[in-house]
Amino acid sequence: MMRLARIALGVSVALVLAYLMLPLLIIAPISFSGARFLSFPPPSFSLRWYQEFFGNPAWMQATRVSLSVGLSTVVLATPLGVAAAYAIANARNRLMRAVHVALMLPLLVPIIILAIGVFFVYAKLGLVATLPGLVLANVMLGLPYVVISVVAGLQTFDRTQEMVARSLGMNRLRSFMAVTLPQIKASVVAGAIFAFISAMDETIIALFVSGGQYQTLTKRMFTALRDEIDPTIAAISSLLTAASFVLVLLAMRGRQRAAASSD
Amino acid sequence: MLRLPDPSRRHRRREQALMFLLAAPALAVILALVVLPVGWLMGQSFTDGGLTLAHYRRIFGEDIYWRSFAQTFRIAGIVTVLALVLGYPVAYAASQLRRPWNVLILALVVLPFWTSVLVRAYAWLVLLQRTGVVNQALDRLGLVDEPLALIHNELGTIIATVHILLPFMIIPLTATMQNIPTDLLRAGASLGGSPLHLFLRIFLPLSVPGILAGSTLVFVLTLGFYITPELLGGGKVTMVSMLVSRNVELYNQWGAASAVGVVLLVGVLAIFAIVARAIPLDRILGQQ
Repeated sequence: MMRLARIALGVSVALVLAYLMLPLLIIAPISFSGARFLSFPPPSFSLRWYQEFFGNPAWMQATRVSLSVGLSTVVLATPLGVAAAYAIANARNRLMRAVHVALMLPLLVPIIILAIGVFFVYAKLGLVATLPGLVLANVMLGLPYVVISVVAGLQTFDRTQEMVARSLGMNRLRSFMAVTLPQIKASVVAGAIFAFISAMDETIIALFVSGGQYQTLTKRMFTALRDEIDPTIAAISSLLTAASFVLVLLAMRGRQRAAASSD
Repeated sequence: MLRLPDPSRRHRRREQALMFLLAAPALAVILALVVLPVGWLMGQSFTDGGLTLAHYRRIFGEDIYWRSFAQTFRIAGIVTVLALVLGYPVAYAASQLRRPWNVLILALVVLPFWTSVLVRAYAWLVLLQRTGVVNQALDRLGLVDEPLALIHNELGTIIATVHILLPFMIIPLTATMQNIPTDLLRAGASLGGSPLHLFLRIFLPLSVPGILAGSTLVFVLTLGFYITPELLGGGKVTMVSMLVSRNVELYNQWGAASAVGVVLLVGVLAIFAIVARAIPLDRILGQQ
């Protein structure tokens, strides 16, 4: 009876994990397909869809836009998020609790509402279809990830250390840079990586506010998927998936090292 | 010279002001791109030249709107139940097994979580289309006479949505289950409880906070889904988000779009507010 239950559990867990992995495993073989039509397994193998991607100026331009949006987002969202997280962790009063909730809003409000809201603001300010507009929207979306990660990092950090540094004559900024930051580095890096992935992955706001020369990769992919599916998408998907796996592994290793060093 | 931080009241007030200043730039971004536009949308939803409730009357009166809300909530309910049924055993195994098995399971759960939603929508299109992998397999096994319609309908939307949201169920569930003391189960067993009895009377009730956190996230996130139903619904699925987008993009109807958006937002925030009474908000969200 017990054994039967265990086997049933094992089988159901394996099936669910297979369901989770199946779509990820199918993409790479298709991206190497030699055929135009989607078939699996592919009738022949080739690199033509990768050539299609790297040889197409429109796809390349979209990739450059997405990468620069992602990097700029990290450069802006990380310091803003770290400063806010430091304030939230230090000042435990009502006002700061409200600020904390406000900074979580981008995760709470349905993305479509953020999208048309941002679109409206940008239309007034002339930021539609501009790089700064895209970056700003992604900073807003990335902030919660940095704040969540760094607040958690600061909770495990012993703040008296910073007090000691200040009592020894360091000013606030220097004591933070020299004493606190090195010890919460892993949570900062993890937050930054999540903000980057979130910016690279963002589609819905980009559908509304990116355009012309400044179309993101996701917007182009979305339109391509809606109109006609060709395996170029599989090639791009494989590259994106590989990139995000590497980044997630880096973020996780950082967190683990942080957990180990805080023991 | 040794200068200890001055504990006086003035100092404390200065300290608070400084902390607020540190948070101010981040707060400014949120105010400008979230609070301000949402406030404006709320205003828009009540105006049409003058003050009016016409946009809201339309939502509850006109069939398209009403049906879209009903379909969205129905899909959210189905997705939540499926995610719970599929996620619970996985979370249970991840919480009970030792290294390396628990790490392996969680890694397999997290990998798809960090894969682009667009990439996964594409994969499901390939897998589920008429000549797709799933239909070919079913055909070869002789299980079906003609290909099943697995995409361009509600079923395809649900399959892909559950796939995207399953990690949001499994991660909080696992976190809760890991904290259930094994002593309790051992004590129950020593008193003669059968495994099933122990599970139903001890383990299941203690995992309720995780069930609640996971289900809330999955339900609320489904309510706002856009990409997946747009790509896999084939026009047969009109979720609320698509209604909002169409009103803006196709018809330039900001009033109608705003009203639909406000109803969606109020629903989502109300659910979060109710659940936040049982579980702190940052614990629901922090699991991401």
